[in-house]
Amino acid sequence: MLDVKDLSVARGGVPVLEGLSFSVPAGQALILRGPNGSGKTTLLRTIAGLQPALSGQVEAEADSIAYAAHSDGVKGNLTVTENLRFWADVFGTKGIEHALQQFDLESLFDRPAHALSAGQKRRLGLARLVVTGRKNWILDEPTVSLDTASVQMFADTVRGHLAEGGSAVIATHIDLGLDGTNFDVTPYKATQKKLVGFDEGFL
Amino acid sequence: MKSLFFRDLKLAIRAGGGFGLGLAFFLILVVLVPFGVGPQSELLSRIAPGILWVGALLACLLSLDRMFALDHEDGSLDLLATSALPMEGACAAKALAHWVTTGLPLTLAAPVLAILLNMPPDGFLWIFISLAVGTPAMSVIGGFGAALTVGIKRGGLLLSLLVLPLYVPTLIFGAEVARRGAEGLQTTTPLLMLAGITLAVSAVLPFVSAMVLKVNLR
Repeated sequence: MLDVKDLSVARGGVPVLEGLSFSVPAGQALILRGPNGSGKTTLLRTIAGLQPALSGQVEAEADSIAYAAHSDGVKGNLTVTENLRFWADVFGTKGIEHALQQFDLESLFDRPAHALSAGQKRRLGLARLVVTGRKNWILDEPTVSLDTASVQMFADTVRGHLAEGGSAVIATHIDLGLDGTNFDVTPYKATQKKLVGFDEGFL
Repeated sequence: MKSLFFRDLKLAIRAGGGFGLGLAFFLILVVLVPFGVGPQSELLSRIAPGILWVGALLACLLSLDRMFALDHEDGSLDLLATSALPMEGACAAKALAHWVTTGLPLTLAAPVLAILLNMPPDGFLWIFISLAVGTPAMSVIGGFGAALTVGIKRGGLLLSLLVLPLYVPTLIFGAEVARRGAEGLQTTTPLLMLAGITLAVSAVLPFVSAMVLKVNLR
């Protein structure tokens, strides 16, 4: 369950999107659409709480958000298992076998992450979502560098997650075949205004 | 927090992690000083505490910039910020891991290297104690500097400029403890001051670092 009310977001002090309102009920996915530079990433970072909103609010249960972006947060010097186990420890969950299995990483379990291909690394990054045990997945172009089979694997995982009562907000350019609402951010583009908050501008 | 601490230790010890870098630098510096100063054992033993302290401080600086920068580059910092782990705890764990991989080896090596600088044997214990009490402050203050410069490419130099002035009180009292100890004088006052600085920065700075990090992640 995720509620966004009249949200305006800014990047580097410049408003990007304004007046966004939507709600993602449990078991549903929201697919964000919009051309490059339309503010999808900024919106997702704001929802994840990484940056403050200009106005409006994001309502979600405490500690319910798992965020995944362009970089996977994978440490090259650690093995696949060590990477996943670390995140499981951080999020206080047990058992990474399930996640390894879902993304077909079992055969790579003791491979150092720097020896993984881009697609395998991405799968490892996505497997992290499963071990977080969080309800609301906030995903920023999760299918980059994945092949067709892996995209299918990912779509199945999201479907499973939704079936268990989770929800997801996904920014993507491809069709994942998920049942969810499409949400185009283009109409919410912020009108150009003068810079308001000038703090940290000089940095 | 525990898992983050152990992960950082593991990363530091594995190839390319920077463990031993500070120690090697410290070793080289201390070995080079007698060559520069010349064969005056009297003078060497007088400047030994200061050299060891300055050397330890510079060695500490070497690995500071990787404390947050690496995690920022590969996105782990964003993911940590959205996890259940409070940023303050993450900053404390990272500073502690930095101390264990940098400050602690320096502390253990210093009495051995003190021999090279012709330090009076009475001083061995005190250089060890002063570094053991003082180096945690260097990791915590350094963590604050690393948090400040986290988004900046090639921020290492800026980091040094920011952090070195903050090291001055620790350096003054730390070297004073070692000097007094080596000369057989009372060390209580500077040692208490040194411990006070370490405790104060460890109590306050993780919170400041966390605040700074949150701003830098925007």
